[in-house]
Amino acid sequence: MLKFKDVTFKYPEDDYAVLKDLSFSVEKGEFISIIGASGCGKSTIFRLINGLEKMQSGEIFINEDSIQNIKNYSAYMPQKDLLFPWRTIGDNLSLPMEIQKIKKSEREKSVIDILKEVGLSHYKDKFPKDLSGGMKQRVSFARTLLTGSELLLLDEPFSALDSLTRISMQEWLLEEWKHFNKTILFITHDVEEAIFLSKSIFVIQDNPITYMEKIEIPLGYPRRRSDLQKPEIVELKESLISRLRQKVDI
Amino acid sequence: MKKNLPSIILMIVLLGLWQIIAMIINAHYILPSPTQILVKLWTLREPLFMVHLPATICVTGLGLVISIIIGLAFAIIMDMNEKIENALYPIIIASQTIPTTAIAPLFVLWFGYSIWSKVLVTILITFFPITIAVYDGFKSTKREMEELLITYGASKKDIFIKLKIPTALPHFFSAIKMAVPLSIIGAAIAEWLGAQSGLGYFSKRMMSQLDGAGVFAPIVLLSAVAMIVVAIINIIEKKVITWRKEI
Repeated sequence: MLKFKDVTFKYPEDDYAVLKDLSFSVEKGEFISIIGASGCGKSTIFRLINGLEKMQSGEIFINEDSIQNIKNYSAYMPQKDLLFPWRTIGDNLSLPMEIQKIKKSEREKSVIDILKEVGLSHYKDKFPKDLSGGMKQRVSFARTLLTGSELLLLDEPFSALDSLTRISMQEWLLEEWKHFNKTILFITHDVEEAIFLSKSIFVIQDNPITYMEKIEIPLGYPRRRSDLQKPEIVELKESLISRLRQKVDI
Repeated sequence: MKKNLPSIILMIVLLGLWQIIAMIINAHYILPSPTQILVKLWTLREPLFMVHLPATICVTGLGLVISIIIGLAFAIIMDMNEKIENALYPIIIASQTIPTTAIAPLFVLWFGYSIWSKVLVTILITFFPITIAVYDGFKSTKREMEELLITYGASKKDIFIKLKIPTALPHFFSAIKMAVPLSIIGAAIAEWLGAQSGLGYFSKRMMSQLDGAGVFAPIVLLSAVAMIVVAIINIIEKKVITWRKEI
C-alpha cells in the first residue's frame, strides 16, 4: 500500500536532516502507529506522504505508483479538528468532495450516510461550536473518510481530548477501521494508545530517522481494554516507555 | 436597551452640562446650547433635509462604494502576489500622510465644483482602513486550515473562496464600520473647502454668518447619519457572522 524508499529530507531552514535514507512499508488494511519522542519528525513523515513537503532524495510509492504521479491517495486528519466555524457540520463534511468537484446530490447523500455511521445524524445543520470535543473529532474523522482515500494519516487526533472521551474514541476508531477497511497510519506519543489500537508499531529512536523498528502487537481484534493488563502487554508497554524515555530531555 | 442604558445616561449628563455651560457663557455665536441647535435644526429643516443632506449622502455613498471596491482590490492583489504587496504597501501608507485639507483645493482645481472633487477626498480618506483591515484578514488565515485544503487537492482559487474570504469577512465588517464615519468626515471636509451644496458647505456658510447653532446643526445631522448607518451594519454583521468568537 505505502512504501518509503531511501527517503531523505531536511527543512530548508535547518542544517540537519530529519529523515535520512529511510525505508519502510505498510500493507493494505493495516493499522500502524508511529511512536517517538516529541519533535523527532513523526509529523514530517505525514507531510511528505501528503505532499506538503518535498523530499530531497528517495521516493514514496502508493500501490507501486510514485506519489508524484498520482492524486487523492491519502487523507490527513490533524490533531486539531480544524472544522471551519462558518460552515455547518454538513458543509464541513462536504468540503473535500466540493474540491473534487463531486455533484451536489452525491455529496448530500454521502454526508447523510457518513453522519449516520458516526452517530451524528441530527447535527447536519449545526455549527462546530454546538458540538463537544469528541463529536468534533468524529466529524473530522468522517471528513477524512469522505476524501475517498484508501490511506488515512491520523496525526495525534485524540491528544486534545480528556482521558475518558479519549478511551471511548479509541474504541470507536477501531470499529470504524473495521467497518471501512482502510489502511491507517496513526501518530501518537501515548504508548498505551498505540498498543491498544495498532496491529504493529513503528518506533522512532534515532535522529535523523534512518530506521523504524517494527513491533508486532501480540493481540488479535476485537480488543478490550482489559487486554492491556495481560502480562506480555504490560511488559511490552514498559519496555517501549523506557526506550522512548532515553530520548527525552527535560 | 439595558446594555445601552449607561451610554444614554452619560449622553444626557453631557448634554445637560453643555446646556448649563452655554447658558452661563450666554454667547450663542461661540457656544450654542443643545436646545438652540435643536431649534435651528427645526427652523432650517427644509434646506438641511431636502438639499444639503442628500448632497452629502450622495458624496459619502459614492465615495464609500468606490473605496470598498478599491480597498478590496488592493487587499486581494497584495495577498495574491508578494512583489505587488512590496510595491504597493509603502505607497498606500504614503497616501495617508497627505494632509487632506491641503490637497482638497487641488482636487477642486482639477474637477471644479463637481461631485468628483469631493468623492476623491472621501476615497483618499476611506479606502485605507478597508485595504489594511481586509489585507490583514487574508493574512490571518490559519496555515493549518490552508494545508488541510491543500491535502484535499485544493487550488489557489479554492483556498481563496472557501477559506480566505470567510476568514477576512469579520475584518471586512470592522473596516466598513471604521470607513462609514471616515467617509462622512471626508465628504464634509471636501464640502467645507469647495462646494455649492452639502452639510459641510452649509456649516461653513453659517460660520461666515457667525451663527453658532447653524454651524452645529449640520454636524449633529452628520453624526446621526453615521450612527444610524453603523447600527445597520452591526445588525447585518450579527446576522452574517455567527463565528467571530470561534476563529
